[in-house]
Amino acid sequence: MQTSEVREKIADIISDIALDEDLAGLDDSQSLRDQLDLDSMDFLDIVMELKKRHKIEVPQEDYPQLATMNSCVEYLTPKFMQ
Amino acid sequence: MKHRIVITGLGLTCPLGNDIKEFRKNLLEDKSGIRHIDKRHMGKVAAGICNFDEKKHQPRKMRKRGTRAGSISIYCANEALLDANIEFSMMDKSRVGVFVGITEHGNVETENEIHELYQNDLDTGLWSHHHNPRTVANAPAGEVSLNLGITGPVYTIGAACAAGNMGLIQGLQMLQLEEIDLAIAGGVSESTDTFGIFAAFNAQGALGQNEDPSLATRPMDVNRNGIVVSEGGCLYTLERLEDAQKRGAKIYGEIIGHHVNSDASDFVLPNAQRQAECMRMAMRKANISANEIDIVNLHATGTKAGDIQECKAVAEVFNSCPDTYINATKGFIGHCMGAAGSVELAGNLPSFQDNKIHACKNIDNMDPEIDLRQLVKNGPLNKKVDIILNNSFGMLGINSCVIIKKFN
Repeated sequence: MQTSEVREKIADIISDIALDEDLAGLDDSQSLRDQLDLDSMDFLDIVMELKKRHKIEVPQEDYPQLATMNSCVEYLTPKFMQ
Repeated sequence: MKHRIVITGLGLTCPLGNDIKEFRKNLLEDKSGIRHIDKRHMGKVAAGICNFDEKKHQPRKMRKRGTRAGSISIYCANEALLDANIEFSMMDKSRVGVFVGITEHGNVETENEIHELYQNDLDTGLWSHHHNPRTVANAPAGEVSLNLGITGPVYTIGAACAAGNMGLIQGLQMLQLEEIDLAIAGGVSESTDTFGIFAAFNAQGALGQNEDPSLATRPMDVNRNGIVVSEGGCLYTLERLEDAQKRGAKIYGEIIGHHVNSDASDFVLPNAQRQAECMRMAMRKANISANEIDIVNLHATGTKAGDIQECKAVAEVFNSCPDTYINATKGFIGHCMGAAGSVELAGNLPSFQDNKIHACKNIDNMDPEIDLRQLVKNGPLNKKVDIILNNSFGMLGINSCVIIKKFN
C-alpha cells in the first residue's frame, strides 16, 4: 500500500472524528492536536477506529506516534501492509 | 425569611414544539405529538419524538461524543438563557447551578454497546471508551457544564417520573441557601432511544398502543391501555426575586410551594394517600388553601392503576373546590418521563397571560371509576388563572408537587 493511500485512510478516520474541522489545510508535519482541537478522547477514537476498520492495534506506548499526520503515516504504513 | 424564587426563562423541546409558544398553541388546538416509530427488537411502537435542531447550540463533534439527553439539556439550557435575556458572558459561572431531573440514564448507551458487542463476536476489545462518561448518572447535566462553561454545582436528580419537578425544587433550594445566583433547572428524557423501556412496559401490560398513534395515549379514558413513551426536556432559569427585579427580568411566575414525599408501599403501584399528603404539604408550605388553586395538572400516565389512584387523591383534596379545575397533558405528548413535570408545567404557565386552561385529550369515555369534578375535557376553558399546582409521581413511590403563582 502506498503512503498516500495510508494517509487517505487516516484522514478518513480523523474527518469522522473532528466533525467540525476542515482538514484541507492540514500541515502534515505539525501536531494534529494543535491544528484540529483534538483531545485525549479523540485520540482514543482514532485508535478504536483503526482497530474496527483495519484491524490495526496500536499499543498504548505507541500513542505518541500518532502526533502528526506524517508520524501517523510512517508508523502505520507497515501495519497496513501486514 | 426564605428568599422568594421566580421563573425568569425557559427552554423546552417536546413532541409538540420546540418553544413554549408553539407548545401552547398546539395544546389549545388539540394536536397530538405522537407517531409510530420503528424500534429495535420491538417493531412499530407509538412514541413522542422531538425535532429540535441539535446543532443550534452544540458542535457536531460534541453531539457525537455525548448523549441524546445531554443534547436535549444543552438545547433547553441555552434556550432558557436566551429567553431570560441574561447577559451570561458577564456572569460568575461558579455561581450558576444546573439541576436536571432524570428518570434513568445510561440505558441508551448500554443497549447500543451490547448490540455492537453481538455484531463483533462478543469482542469486548471493541467496547467504546465513551461508555463510562456517557453513562454516568450526571452526564446530561455535565454536558451542559461543558457546553456553557458553568463551574458551579451541576448534577442530575434521579427521581423516576417525579424528576422534572425535583430539578426545579433543587434549584429553588440552592438559591434559597445562597449557594448560587442562578439555577438552570428542570428535567429531560431520552427514553425513546431505548427498546428496553418499551419492552418493560409491554411486559407489565402498560404500553399504550393503537393503530392510530394519536389514540395510543388516553389517560382517564376507559379504553386506555397504557403509557406512550416520549422524549423531551424543559429547563427553567430560576432567580431570587430581588435579583430578577434588579435586572428588570420578565417573570413567568413565583414558586410558592413544593413538596416531595415517598409511598413506601410498592415498586410500581401508586399510593393515593401519600399523593394527597404531598399536595397538602405543598399547599401548607405555600400558605394557601385548596380552593385558591386554579389548575391542578395531573401526572395521569394512562395506566388504569395510576390514573385511578391519582384521581382518588386529587378528588379527596379538590372535589369540594368549585373554582379549581383539573387538566392533564400526556394525552397530547405521551409520557416525557424525567421531563414530564417540567414540560407539563410549561404547557400551563401561559394560562397566567391568556386566561385559558387547556383541556385533557382523548377522553371519549370517562373511566367510571374516576370521580373528578371540574376536569377540563371538551376544549380549553376560559378562566382567570393565578395559581397552578403541578403533580409528578414516579416508580418506587416518589411524589413531587410544585405550586406556581402568577407574579403581579
